[in-house]
Amino acid sequence: MQQFTTIISTAVPLPIEDVDTDQIIPARFLKATTREGFGENLFRDWRYHADDTPKADFVLNNPIYTGQILVAGRNFGCGSSREHAAWAIQDYGFQVVVSSFFADIFRGNALNNGLLPVQVSDAFLHDIFSAMEANPQTKIEINLENQSITLIKTGHTETFDIDPYKKVCLINGYDDIDYLLSIKDKIVAFEKTIDNRQ
Amino acid sequence: MSTKKTLFDKIWDAHVVTTIEGGQDVLYIDRHFIHEVTSPQAFDGLAKRGIGVFRPGKTIATADHNVPTQHQDQPIQEPLSRFQVQKLVENCAQFGVELYGLGHPYQGIVHVIGPELGITQPGMTIVCGDSHTSTHGAFGAIAFGIGTSQVEQVLATQCLLQKRPKRMRITVDGTLQKGVLSKDIILYIIAQLTAAGGTGYFVEYAGSAIRSLSMEARMTICNMSIEMGARGGLIAPDEVTFSYVKGRKFAPQGAAWDKALAYWQTLHSDPDAVFDKEYHFKAEDIEPMVTYGTNPGMGIKVSQTIPEAAAENAQSFGNSLKYMDLQSGESLLGKPIQHVFIGSCTNSRIEDLRLVAEYVKGKKKAPHVQVMVVPGSQQVAAQAKAEGIDQILMEAGFDFREPGCSACLGMNEDKIPAGAYCVSTSNRNFEGRQGPGARTILASPLTAAAAAIAGKIMDVRKVLN
Repeated sequence: MQQFTTIISTAVPLPIEDVDTDQIIPARFLKATTREGFGENLFRDWRYHADDTPKADFVLNNPIYTGQILVAGRNFGCGSSREHAAWAIQDYGFQVVVSSFFADIFRGNALNNGLLPVQVSDAFLHDIFSAMEANPQTKIEINLENQSITLIKTGHTETFDIDPYKKVCLINGYDDIDYLLSIKDKIVAFEKTIDNRQ
Repeated sequence: MSTKKTLFDKIWDAHVVTTIEGGQDVLYIDRHFIHEVTSPQAFDGLAKRGIGVFRPGKTIATADHNVPTQHQDQPIQEPLSRFQVQKLVENCAQFGVELYGLGHPYQGIVHVIGPELGITQPGMTIVCGDSHTSTHGAFGAIAFGIGTSQVEQVLATQCLLQKRPKRMRITVDGTLQKGVLSKDIILYIIAQLTAAGGTGYFVEYAGSAIRSLSMEARMTICNMSIEMGARGGLIAPDEVTFSYVKGRKFAPQGAAWDKALAYWQTLHSDPDAVFDKEYHFKAEDIEPMVTYGTNPGMGIKVSQTIPEAAAENAQSFGNSLKYMDLQSGESLLGKPIQHVFIGSCTNSRIEDLRLVAEYVKGKKKAPHVQVMVVPGSQQVAAQAKAEGIDQILMEAGFDFREPGCSACLGMNEDKIPAGAYCVSTSNRNFEGRQGPGARTILASPLTAAAAAIAGKIMDVRKVLN
């Protein structure tokens, strides 16, 4: 997993609520057996017509908006547990998703891949959308160490929560699996205590 | 403290291997189900690390999402689906995991086969790379969906790092109206709490209306816990649970049964246990439910009209109704529909098929409607055939297919065409879920059967004998 520190970037606005993982990556594109290449079909049915031509009114097809940060409406990533949603967002080139609320499984999947979910207040989210509408070149700084998100031009800032363990993992590029493998002895000892139960 | 535990905490505490700095628990997983879509990258990860499956006997595999529901005796036509299913076969052989694949008499939707084989038992922790793993909570188990990185963790260590969620209890007391099913209960609850109302919580369903339900009806409720954002939902095991599990293929036998039963009987929330959030609903208030929008929280009683948008989400609400080609103030009663799908991990069990067959017997589907009935497993299909249900459905003009996830998720060949309305017993009405442009109306198996016959949405209470 890649190490994560600080990002300063323009962003892509998606002011839609309850964006579900079927929109992020429709099921018919989940047939690959590797983790790569899902970015091609990110938001497939919002992004392309049935004949594969781009839909001009979808933000990913609007060259004015680019960057490593996706800013979306509340309850982002609800629905299916497909980790492919996090892979697709990352494969497309985003490193951060900002929203005022994330679905649980998506949040976990994102963190397990070094994609940072930044949860802000509804008011701050509103301000980001307004700033981006007024100026598509609006730059946002995400500082994981300080757990802060800042609109560079105005200095408007807010802190965000992250599990302390996951923060360390992201900064150092560790996986949960590395940790779990390191405590195998404890797991084996635990198993001996549960034989009685099942 | 230890005398006032919720059911959830009793099971969780019994599975904590250790707690790490920052508060996450290392949770031991008793049973792990895998399928072809979310497992290949996890096996790949093991191979790259040069490690095997730690406890292969605790993982069970089946093929369900990608499988065709016709001609399962022949090779899968679609090359990518065929490759993915084949990859599962190879991975299971290489890593020593039991596979109930295509052609096996136990094959079926992962959340249907676990319970019917007696693999799912009270008090267990159960995970699967599928959000509807919450289904297994109906047995008084902690069951939840995970991502592929976590599938790899469980394969490698039989454990997961998890933060303990908050606890919610939803109590439904009273007696259900005739024609109101457990699917209506859960659609009603989600409509009240919204699609995000359960996020961060694990839900216990309680109350006399829940107690009165069969195991299969309870599974339908727990299945859709994720549709309000809750990681899972569970119901305290009782005599209904125990008699369902007893005698099944992988259920404990003899002395082991007695011992297990004694433990299972302790699995209930203590009377003074405290929940972070509580909701109470009256069963009498629940009507047959239908959804009108593009998330499962957008549901109404069939007698109601589509509400107006709330100010704070007017744009998303508007997009949703535009996609569905519906209007605020409109009633769905009498709305013509073109497709009916009866199946999915929510409603594809034998009781669902019996209810549908009982209603449909001697009737014919509306000529303009296409009806697909997809049993949840080979065992359900065999039972339906033994009872003559397949004949009844075929005589009504329904298409009785072979087991799989089918048109629930538009991944295999079964899709609903763009612009068409489909009354579906599945769990998600997201845009394009059943195929690009498809318009899904979630409902109970009875409401779906009535729509198939009438060709439009009906209030089943008015058409039941």
